[in-house]
Amino acid sequence: MNIIIVGLNHRTAPVELRERLAVPESRLPEAVARLKGWPGVAESLILSTCNRVELYAVVKDTALGFESLREYFVKIAPTVSGEELVPYLYYFDGHDAIRHLFRVTSSLDSMVVGEPQILGQVKVAFDVALTQKTTGVVLNKVLKKAISVGKRVRSETGIAANAVSVSYAAVELAKKIFQNLAGKTVLLIGAGEMAKLAARHLMQAGMQNVMITTRNFELAVDVAKHFNGLPVPFNDFPEEMSNADIVICSTGAASYLVTAEDVQKALWTRRNRPMFLIDISVPRNIEPAVGAVDNAYLYNIDDLQGHVEKNLEQRRQEAMKAEDLVKDEVGLVTRWIKSLEVLPTILALRRKADDIQKGELERILSRLGPLTPRQRELVEELASAISNKLLHGALVALKAEADSTNGPLFTEIAQRLFDLEKEIEASQLKEAAEETRTVSPDDVH
Amino acid sequence: MNVLFFEVSLLLYFLGTALFLSQLAGRLEAVSQSAFVVAGSAFFFHTLALVSRMIEGGHIPLTTMHEVLSFFSWALVLVFLVVELRYRIHILGSFILPLAFISLISAAALPKEIKVLAPIFRNVWMHVTLSLLGTVAFAIAFVAGLMYLIQEHLLKSKHRNALYHKLPALDFLDDLNGKAISLGFPLLTLGIITGALFAEFTRGSFLNWNAEQIGALGTWLFYLVVLLGRVTVGWRAKRAAYLTVLGFAGVIFTLVGVLVKEHPFA
Repeated sequence: MNIIIVGLNHRTAPVELRERLAVPESRLPEAVARLKGWPGVAESLILSTCNRVELYAVVKDTALGFESLREYFVKIAPTVSGEELVPYLYYFDGHDAIRHLFRVTSSLDSMVVGEPQILGQVKVAFDVALTQKTTGVVLNKVLKKAISVGKRVRSETGIAANAVSVSYAAVELAKKIFQNLAGKTVLLIGAGEMAKLAARHLMQAGMQNVMITTRNFELAVDVAKHFNGLPVPFNDFPEEMSNADIVICSTGAASYLVTAEDVQKALWTRRNRPMFLIDISVPRNIEPAVGAVDNAYLYNIDDLQGHVEKNLEQRRQEAMKAEDLVKDEVGLVTRWIKSLEVLPTILALRRKADDIQKGELERILSRLGPLTPRQRELVEELASAISNKLLHGALVALKAEADSTNGPLFTEIAQRLFDLEKEIEASQLKEAAEETRTVSPDDVH
Repeated sequence: MNVLFFEVSLLLYFLGTALFLSQLAGRLEAVSQSAFVVAGSAFFFHTLALVSRMIEGGHIPLTTMHEVLSFFSWALVLVFLVVELRYRIHILGSFILPLAFISLISAAALPKEIKVLAPIFRNVWMHVTLSLLGTVAFAIAFVAGLMYLIQEHLLKSKHRNALYHKLPALDFLDDLNGKAISLGFPLLTLGIITGALFAEFTRGSFLNWNAEQIGALGTWLFYLVVLLGRVTVGWRAKRAAYLTVLGFAGVIFTLVGVLVKEHPFA
């Protein structure tokens, strides 16, 4: 059993593509259930946010699984063809897949490192999968772990402070341009996590009206619901911009979406009432010349974070701390997944039975006094017959499920019923020790 | 008596100005609070000075240049105290108090004796008061415009220093600017009308094209354009700030340059 991921995110794919592929929350249950029915997929989960679309699956055959998920990806959006999509996809399996998921939930893979929304989005994706019963032993455990890792990273490292300080800075600046945020309107162009966080903070500070535009209008409608806001068709946003006091752009498109000319026009329409524009996108989506337009105040993410070198260094250190934390946790989970394989479980079960048998025999033989070799043989036979016959059913069942999708479930149950966890852990440690022994001579050179 | 009160208030204004200017640099809450208390007591003594002067002279003390400047400072500080109590914008004092102090120290340099008024000038105070209140409003607009330009510069250059934190929001300053002008303009208009009527009454013609009248009309036209521009084509924000800062220079020119030379009753 292997956990695999096929996906794309803000770094690999342009926003135009991401937005067309994004699965709205309303369609998520159906989508994840369909993925579970795909050939070779034992467990499934879909994580779809504004910055990433990722398919998670547990499969027996990794290569087949990748192919299967890729095929599914192509079918998500009828408007996106395979050739268009495939170059942007990334693939992870096993250890790498778990590491990726943990980095995602820790927001180390986010556009703005430390943003808190991704954890909630993973939770939602997991909840949907749980209600659709598309996850099993492996994904359940891995997702739970991923969420707890995300929480640990947030509480034990300082990376979260970064995102909070960014949106705090945005609110503070807004208050230096607008005395009173009540009655003011914010326009979100693209609905990245950081933009939504900033909008949320602005609303806490009294802002009431939110307009959202994304290329995929359905997505805008979806996000607008959360803010009780107004979705705006993407083509109309330059005209609507004159109604916005604050514009937050976070699409990650490859070119400028908002030009100095657009802003000048909007200001003309709104009779030079000041506008505050925040560009969270990398690369920039608001033309830097906007900053020179009178009554327009343009700040990008770096301005908000503050260019102080010390801060930068500090942020890097906190991110490194988070990466270390993720690394440790990935090791633990990978070991656990390995333990779910049938063969080690069978071996552990056998070994345990042998140990018990040996122990009991020694105890009883010492109390029986001198026996003839034949008698001794019979007693030993009795002991092994009892344990073998007792285990026979369990071992046959385990072997039969070794290749099925229920394998991990059976091994998990067997390990619990026979209390094999310690047994397996010990053998894994032994294995690991052997591995390092075989590696160390090379290291010396 | 009124001169004593005046001098006490001058001293207190000096102290208040120093405190308000030092709060610009520092972050001490205590400084800005004591600055406010000092400004308040200066205003109290200033009021006493004006009232006692009125009692001693038997008429409203707006007949000499000293009195005009003194009243101008008094009204300016009054507006500051009201705005401060209403909006708690401590930094406003750092801009208004120096202005009031400069005007007052000019007043102090002028002859302080109370003039005996010819009966014909008994009602001139109406014209002077209206014009002066208009000027006070323009002074407030000037201060708001200046603060706006500073804050706008700080925001554009992304300097988030102590001054940035103390200055109020841009739209508040713009609003204050707009309100001050929409208030100052009718006051000035009435001031000019009463002045013209008074000139007709005393000299037989509404307008005799002296420098004061030309200056006043020029100022009036300028603020008319500024006001119309704001209402119709959106001359607000930065442009309005520039215009009002510029306009106040014209006002000062009219007030100081011309009044000192030859106002009919000076």
